[in-house]
Amino acid sequence: MNKIAPLNDYTAYPDRSGRFGDYGGRYVPETLMPLVHELEAAFRAAIADPAFRGELDGYLTHYVGRPSPLYFAERLTRKFGGAKVYLKREELNHTGAHKINNCMGQILLAMRMGKTRIIAETGAGQHGVATATVCARFGLPCVVYMGAVDVERQKPNVFRMNLLGAKVEAVTSGSSTLKDAMNEALRDWVTNVHDTYYLIGSAAGPHPYPEMVREFQAVMGREAREQILQVEGRLPDAVVACVGGGSNAIGMFHPFLNDEGVRLIGVEASGDGMDTERHAAAINGGRPGVLHGNRTYLIQDPVGQITEAHSISAGLDYPGIGPEHAFLHDVGRAEYLTCTDREALDAFQLCAELEGIIPALETSHALARLPEICAELGPEGIIVVNLSGRGDKDVNTVAQALGRSI
Amino acid sequence: MSRARIDARFARLRAEGRAGFVTYIMAGDPDPETALAILEGLPAAGADLIEVGFPFSDPLAEGPPIQRAAQRALGRGMTLQKTLDLVAAFRRKDAETPVILMGYANPLETPGYVAFARAAAEAGVDGLIVVDIPPEEADPLADALDAEDLSLIRLATPTTDDRRLPVVVRRTSGFVYYVSVAGVTGVKEADAGAVAPNVERVRAASGLPVAVGFGVRTEERAAEVARIADAVVVGSALVDEVADALAANEDVTGRVLTKVAALAKSVRTARTPSRGA
Repeated sequence: MNKIAPLNDYTAYPDRSGRFGDYGGRYVPETLMPLVHELEAAFRAAIADPAFRGELDGYLTHYVGRPSPLYFAERLTRKFGGAKVYLKREELNHTGAHKINNCMGQILLAMRMGKTRIIAETGAGQHGVATATVCARFGLPCVVYMGAVDVERQKPNVFRMNLLGAKVEAVTSGSSTLKDAMNEALRDWVTNVHDTYYLIGSAAGPHPYPEMVREFQAVMGREAREQILQVEGRLPDAVVACVGGGSNAIGMFHPFLNDEGVRLIGVEASGDGMDTERHAAAINGGRPGVLHGNRTYLIQDPVGQITEAHSISAGLDYPGIGPEHAFLHDVGRAEYLTCTDREALDAFQLCAELEGIIPALETSHALARLPEICAELGPEGIIVVNLSGRGDKDVNTVAQALGRSI
Repeated sequence: MSRARIDARFARLRAEGRAGFVTYIMAGDPDPETALAILEGLPAAGADLIEVGFPFSDPLAEGPPIQRAAQRALGRGMTLQKTLDLVAAFRRKDAETPVILMGYANPLETPGYVAFARAAAEAGVDGLIVVDIPPEEADPLADALDAEDLSLIRLATPTTDDRRLPVVVRRTSGFVYYVSVAGVTGVKEADAGAVAPNVERVRAASGLPVAVGFGVRTEERAAEVARIADAVVVGSALVDEVADALAANEDVTGRVLTKVAALAKSVRTARTPSRGA
């Protein structure tokens, strides 16, 4: 592999044009270009404004429930017989996942920009629920685009969004999953440019979204870094997170990027396996291309058509990955492993049985790689895993996969 | 040839004192053979310039008609290379009608811009519109097209303000495509009154002819736009004819070309004094 020489400062990205090395950028229709420029300017002004920071921190504390605990998973540690496993308990946030961190930041920004209508895409429904939640809290109308396949497999979240007053649009174009929901949300945005704010949930999309979502999610990594220093008196040996679009992983990784001794490990969904075509592993099974406003690794056919991703986890069922992950992979700063549907299901059950925590199927992908990582690091090692979401939404899917009826 | 072909066509339109009619069809829709038959029939039916869409799985600026056309074409195995083959076949019979490819970035990434530009020039393509490559990202593509004397045709939109317009028209040639509505293709209708000052603005900033599209479906609208723009683009209404002909089990080529002839007539006669049209 062509690895670029290690850089001094991994946090210096994106550059002014929204690039992480070769990746990222702003590949959107001209109609949207003035809007992404406007968004970037508004985002820069907001995060430089102590009043905005203060308001966001207040909501994160009192509404979201931050900081989330860093919890020593004693029984998982004993089970794996190696490094100590700490779980960053993002599933304890309001709405049950890390997604709300970003939604709170972006909704405050949207209001600051005078936008009066919010749209979002969602896969598992976690980002849709988080968006619907903040829209309810601040009284803004909300439309969530969700693939028809995902609407079917995540019914509880669809109902939650409806309860929160959001309109859920089932998307039937293409493969009827997250990528198609994102196409449809972009089509809405291009049509309703004057009043609409597109609240993207992944660290993907055109610049400044990858940077902005990272910024709002990096609160997880900053807390975790402080917490582990407090508990263990040193930095962890590895930080592990699942990766679909990659918002929970980049939020955890970013504050550790310049801590060279900390391994950053992302886990992609390999569905039925990397020897099949049914996977969602953009880095392990894709190649660079352009989709949804950025250049990144994509699952595509030999002539550049995007192919359907597959994962049991709707939140990872996406053929791309955030551009910063593509960059971190190429420069060798982060490692990207894979996990099959079956392995994720096993980890899902193990975490429930041993720790009394039902993790999201997405999160289960990260948990599934722990046995090897724990063994490799040995008993002296310390691992922080992002427990990015809770699995209540997945019980129907899991029951079905295990051949049980509920 | 290429840029010269587009320039020659607009010079002729100016001499004739009328707007040009630009037709959009999707390569391979509904199948490669029929698409070629339609393409070959377009000039005689009244098309002055031809846009040929190369299909992409995720066309984020398209409304349902062109989304479905892309799905039909992909279902029949259409690719970027086969799109070039289609243009090459057309060129063997027509050396004058400009052909502009229109689509999305990702299919161009596989061969790479340089190899693509060379192959496109060889096939007889004259210009390229890439919906999701805005000026900020376009330099590598513009370099590749320049080397083959192909036009990179830019889109200006209702959100392109005076400050941004110079950015949009930089490194463009042939003509500028004014997207008359903020939205996807084939859904909203253009308001000729609102479009007119924008056409003037784009013409002044670029010094190039301005073609107007994205919201033109009917003969009436085409005629209105033909009075203010240098060319009128119709796309979704034509691919809808393909879909409707398929649904009704009718002759696709005949139906599309009939529609083209009707629209062409209203474009060609729009600026002449009314004779009861």
